[in-house]
Amino acid sequence: MKSGARIVVESLQREGVDTIFGYPGGVVLPIYDELYDSPIRHILVRHEQAAAHAADGYARASGRVGVCLATSGPGACNLVTGIANAYMDSVPIVAITGQVPTSLLGNDAFQESDITGITMPITKHNYLVKRTSELGRIVREAFYIARTGRPGPVLIDIPKDVSTNQVREEGAIPEEITLRGFQPTFKGHAKQIAKAVELIEEAERPVIYAGGGIIFSEASAELLELAELTGMPVTTTLMGLGAIPCDHPLNLGMLGMHGTEYANYAVTESDLLLAVGVRFDDRVTGKVQSFAPHASIIHIDIDPAEIGKNRKVDVPIVGDAKTVLRVIINQVKKGAPKDAWLSKIREWKERHSLRYEEGDGLKPQYIIQQLSSLLKGEGIIVSEVGQNQMWTAQYYCFRRPRSWLTSGGLGTMGYGFPASIGAHFARPEEIVFDIAGDGSFQMNIQELGTVAQYRIPVKVAILNNMYLGMVRQWQELFYNRRYSYTELPPIDFAKIAAAYGIDGMCVESREEVVPALKAAIETEGPFIIDFRIEREENVFPMVPAGAAINEMLRGQRR
Amino acid sequence: MRAHTLSVLVENKPGVLARVAGLFRRRGFNIESLAVGTCEEPNMSRMTIVVIGDESQLEQVQKQLNKLIDVVKVSDITETETVERELALIKVSAEPGSTRAEVMQLANIFRAQIVDVGAKTVIMEVTGDTTKIDALEKLLRQYGIKELIRTGKIALQRGAKIVKSTKERVSA
Repeated sequence: MKSGARIVVESLQREGVDTIFGYPGGVVLPIYDELYDSPIRHILVRHEQAAAHAADGYARASGRVGVCLATSGPGACNLVTGIANAYMDSVPIVAITGQVPTSLLGNDAFQESDITGITMPITKHNYLVKRTSELGRIVREAFYIARTGRPGPVLIDIPKDVSTNQVREEGAIPEEITLRGFQPTFKGHAKQIAKAVELIEEAERPVIYAGGGIIFSEASAELLELAELTGMPVTTTLMGLGAIPCDHPLNLGMLGMHGTEYANYAVTESDLLLAVGVRFDDRVTGKVQSFAPHASIIHIDIDPAEIGKNRKVDVPIVGDAKTVLRVIINQVKKGAPKDAWLSKIREWKERHSLRYEEGDGLKPQYIIQQLSSLLKGEGIIVSEVGQNQMWTAQYYCFRRPRSWLTSGGLGTMGYGFPASIGAHFARPEEIVFDIAGDGSFQMNIQELGTVAQYRIPVKVAILNNMYLGMVRQWQELFYNRRYSYTELPPIDFAKIAAAYGIDGMCVESREEVVPALKAAIETEGPFIIDFRIEREENVFPMVPAGAAINEMLRGQRR
Repeated sequence: MRAHTLSVLVENKPGVLARVAGLFRRRGFNIESLAVGTCEEPNMSRMTIVVIGDESQLEQVQKQLNKLIDVVKVSDITETETVERELALIKVSAEPGSTRAEVMQLANIFRAQIVDVGAKTVIMEVTGDTTKIDALEKLLRQYGIKELIRTGKIALQRGAKIVKSTKERVSA
């Protein structure tokens, strides 16, 4: 005989899970007891939200399913933001929560919350397990659903008696599962692909618009091959950074609200937009009616619901990005000459390159650039949300997929620090840098405790402007500089780090930047740098909300 | 904007109705009616959902429904030949005398059954397509409808066509 808790832990092992992130409590005690002598490593976080973000960071960095574990009620509810974040960015995580015993379900028992009800709109699927005999099958299904097709979070809610009840060993974990309602399409439709090939060959001003789908389907090599084969320039979304090396001549950088001017101009003037693994998000398209107004649109995505959702497309292709791109590469010829188009793009690139004004103060863009050249685009860069995120997206030179983890869809402040913990356990050989703001960092600052406990060698670069910088920027530009509740007091983050036994330093001048970054890189353990940046530095270019993406603010001095 | 009839085959699991209803709510789709019950396959249910929207909204509704793991098959059967039925129970004022006679005559014309007779009211049971029930409801209104309940439409395609999906095994 075998307990439900034993089945859970053995099922995790069977799925190849080596690390989970969690926080114990009453009704998950049976599972924690099984973990006590299991080979699975459990990382104790300081708040369940961090467990979910760490599982997310682990998944994004590794391509495997991340796992988090929490108790019922408050524990489960604290996971919610992390699950929603993973849902918006299509990250495969399995969240396991304890639940009150089945006899008490629905009774408002101590630490009871209806977490399957709460997470229904933010999970790909969820389960409330009623019988121990179902547990093995459900865990298998959960992992399969989380990682297959468009990835996403799956939650399994396990009442305490389901964990403690015993069932017979045989068949407790089934070999085969049946999912009638879940059959993603991987191969693109041959006729649609033929149409796409024809459009690609005819196009004179094409642009590839590539997103997170390229990263998740491991299609970077195919993307690059197709771009080089046809001479199509590539712009990526925030989620797609790293899909093509930043310094590749065909790379246009990021498009959209804080994208490069040349990417936005190229999309606006294109006659063909090949959209792959993207969802025409409002932060990308700006005013959607003016987005790529002259272009035929080919949209490749594994999720049929994304095709035609925000923008009418000419050639819809439902399928896996890697598979479909491979077929296109095999069929496509070089096509129409693009010399005029590419030279126009080169000209835009020269005339409208990313730039910032040097001044007396410490410039955040300079810090990112220095980090980028010190790490040569290597390492795993994680960001928080806001100005820190956009400066990193603009000025860090990403060269590989899965080297950039950021909260794109939900925009979760506090994501970066715990996600970088997850990234470390996914790829311990890599250096992990969290680029933070002082606001964002304080949203999950308690994880200094986790980092200290396990000596997790993540480095945090806080771009400290004593403001909620992005909100302040909007107040400056659109609310007549009325800085309503966006100013933060000075915090000495190095001192806070010291209290946890973590090394850190404060940097106030340009000359100190490189030595500080070097110190962080060379220190074996965790390291915190508190960069006191120019307080009112803005992120430019910027497309104001509701404007077309070629109508950008360029940041003339005030 | 027009009414579409969707036939949706779902796994008969706890929460499946909440998943479908929640999807309609959060994506802002309007449900005109929803009827659900067991069907020919064990462990499955069939939903008939009447939803109002334009073509692109309907496309989204179907695609989003298909993403739910418990939803096995979604078919828009608006344009196909179908048998559609709805059941209504209507409690209507019918004072003994000429009113009651008139009400019963109407019931007769609509092939409705009188299933309860009270001192001042009768309850009639009527089945038919939505327009037939609408018509009866409208006619009865002048006598005073005290209570009314409709099941919402259920529908099946005519002939051999069926809304079904094949079984697929997964070795995860």
